[in-house]
Amino acid sequence: MKYLSEYRDPSVARGLIARIRREATRPWVMMEVCGGQTHTIVKQGLLELLDGAVEMIHGPGCPVCVTPLEQIDKALRLAADPRVIFTSFGDMLRVPGSECDLLQIRARGGEVRVVYSPLDALQIARRHPDRQVVFFAVGFETTAPANAMAVWRARELGIGNFSVLVSHVTVPPAMTAILESPDNRVQAFLAAGHVCTVMGWTEYEPIAERYRVPIVVTGFEPVDILEGMLMAVRQLEGGRHAVENQYARSVRREGTVPARDLVARVFRLVDRKWRGIGEIPLSGLGLREEFADFDAEYRFGLAALEVEEPAECRAGDVLRGRLKPHECPAFGLRCTPERPLGAPMVSSEGACAAYYTCGRFRHPAGVEG
Amino acid sequence: MTGTAVGIGALACPAPLTPAGWVQLGHGSGGKMSAALLAEHFLPYLANPALLALGDAAVVPAGATELAISTDTFVVSPLEFPGGNIGSLAVHGTLNDVAMMGARPRYLSAGFVLEEGLPFDVLDRVVGALAASARAAGVPVVTGDTKVVERGKADGMFINTTGIGALDFDFRPAPTRAAPGDAIIVSGPLGRHGMAIMAAREGLEFESRIESDSAALVSLVEGLRAGVGLEVHVLRDPTRGGLASTLNEIAAASRVGMEIEAAAVPVPGDVAAACEMLGLDPLYVASEGVLVAMVPQPWAAAALAALRADPLGRAATCVGRVVAAHPGLVVLRTEIGGTRIVDMLPGDQLPRIC
Repeated sequence: MKYLSEYRDPSVARGLIARIRREATRPWVMMEVCGGQTHTIVKQGLLELLDGAVEMIHGPGCPVCVTPLEQIDKALRLAADPRVIFTSFGDMLRVPGSECDLLQIRARGGEVRVVYSPLDALQIARRHPDRQVVFFAVGFETTAPANAMAVWRARELGIGNFSVLVSHVTVPPAMTAILESPDNRVQAFLAAGHVCTVMGWTEYEPIAERYRVPIVVTGFEPVDILEGMLMAVRQLEGGRHAVENQYARSVRREGTVPARDLVARVFRLVDRKWRGIGEIPLSGLGLREEFADFDAEYRFGLAALEVEEPAECRAGDVLRGRLKPHECPAFGLRCTPERPLGAPMVSSEGACAAYYTCGRFRHPAGVEG
Repeated sequence: MTGTAVGIGALACPAPLTPAGWVQLGHGSGGKMSAALLAEHFLPYLANPALLALGDAAVVPAGATELAISTDTFVVSPLEFPGGNIGSLAVHGTLNDVAMMGARPRYLSAGFVLEEGLPFDVLDRVVGALAASARAAGVPVVTGDTKVVERGKADGMFINTTGIGALDFDFRPAPTRAAPGDAIIVSGPLGRHGMAIMAAREGLEFESRIESDSAALVSLVEGLRAGVGLEVHVLRDPTRGGLASTLNEIAAASRVGMEIEAAAVPVPGDVAAACEMLGLDPLYVASEGVLVAMVPQPWAAAALAALRADPLGRAATCVGRVVAAHPGLVVLRTEIGGTRIVDMLPGDQLPRIC
């Protein structure tokens, strides 16, 4: 497949691995921010091939994993409401709420539909004027422009039966929170290429400067990730701490300006809880006042719902990079993709699920797992 | 964490889910939930030796010989899709299940649940395709049944078909017979049926139209019978759950490990592109006109030649091998040389967010 196969080229990948192993004088600790990158690392068996040349900590960049329990519970309540057609990206359906998940709500008669774009949800609203259609607007800056567009279009077209349950999060505050953590071990970041495609990297420049940490904007294919690692290794070995762009075929410094503008017109920064981590100030996006009519929490009176996350799984430690998924006592025993204790075991991009499905196999060659 | 007031108690996820007390769609996915549904809610009531073999078809004695019997119910939506419809699929699916036991399909039954309001032109196209597929395979539909239910009680129509075939003693592929040293062969490109259905169901538009590969595999099996015979250890069609689930089931049933090469797995470009876009893994996407064969390595060339002699098997290729190590596990060697486990999925694949 053009534009993909060249970034999965075995000989290029092997060349990059050899250079990383040659140039890294010690096992530098870096974090890939995005769940899509974690998925590639585990799915392609990159850690086994790197053989400890660098240590990867898997970051909090899986939107499914960090969506807080109370937002999931609000989604469940909406989906169970007979007035509502609840629409969502597919991988939110199996995320456990306090009592069940969206698939179980659907089995009991709730109308839950998978959509591939929020604009599809808007179409459903136009086709069913007698129903309330709610879209679960989750994700990082990557999904924010399309979600903003859906709300913008709904207002433009006067679609009164459409609303969004917003649980957007943003990357830079999470990176800052990790760097501020007293037991932080992260020495460099591979920033999320798709987030930066929208937002650019100007927000990361002060972080690199203040914490003296290299940040490499990185893509998602194996060659992208290995090249991002090599660029980070070279900065660390050279004592530099700049923002560099590996994902040049997609990302410009200023990002995608019309998308950023639209996000800024529809959303504002709000404090947001992250599942397993807790509240991070100004780390989320919420609808601006003038779009409050399209806020499902407001429309259905859910804003006051607060849920405490019971102490059971160690997702917070995993999402902060303090614990590798397989080091969790529950991993693979009391916590599996069929019976997840926490969200990182649910999404295919979740660090725990990626380790579970791809990494349990150990053989003499030493597969990570 | 600066600026946050988070206690240790907040660094946690919810308590384990208790098993839900009702059927979910995932129970029909062919993954682990399907296996659990059978094990917990059917086998305790219905256990007998023929059933417990859990093959694609049951093998039962009939006088001096044996018969293979298989039944399958088809609930596909939409009823008509590029490359076929529920009628052709209902014939192919059942014929293939009988053929995978090494039997020659002889007779079919067909039962129809029709929903009030189903247009006759749709019904005629479906029954016409069902008849044409059965005729092409030389297997008559000798008994049938129709029921009509109220509007909303069936998704247009459901079809159940049962197939009966005759078994020889000199050709006995079975999911329990995979042995270390076997080559793992697939007869053609994977994933066309699953992606054709998904594209039609979700109204997804790709540059090219993906057509279902739905086809009767009877002639391919005849080729293997003639060219390889008893040395064919396993035959299976990777339908629901795709190649990954099929290999996992065989690895478990035969208590062997499997190693497959990602670069050797034949995934058509359009299927790969659609999967890439939706965040799905083609290893888990259904085919309806492909078989997986396992034969001892010295017989691999003969098996490939037999398959490639048939139009359906032109692209037959070897994707991996059966090993004694890690019994029950299927391990994939990735394009760039890493390894990973290819597990059964719990339920349906869920499209990713981004």
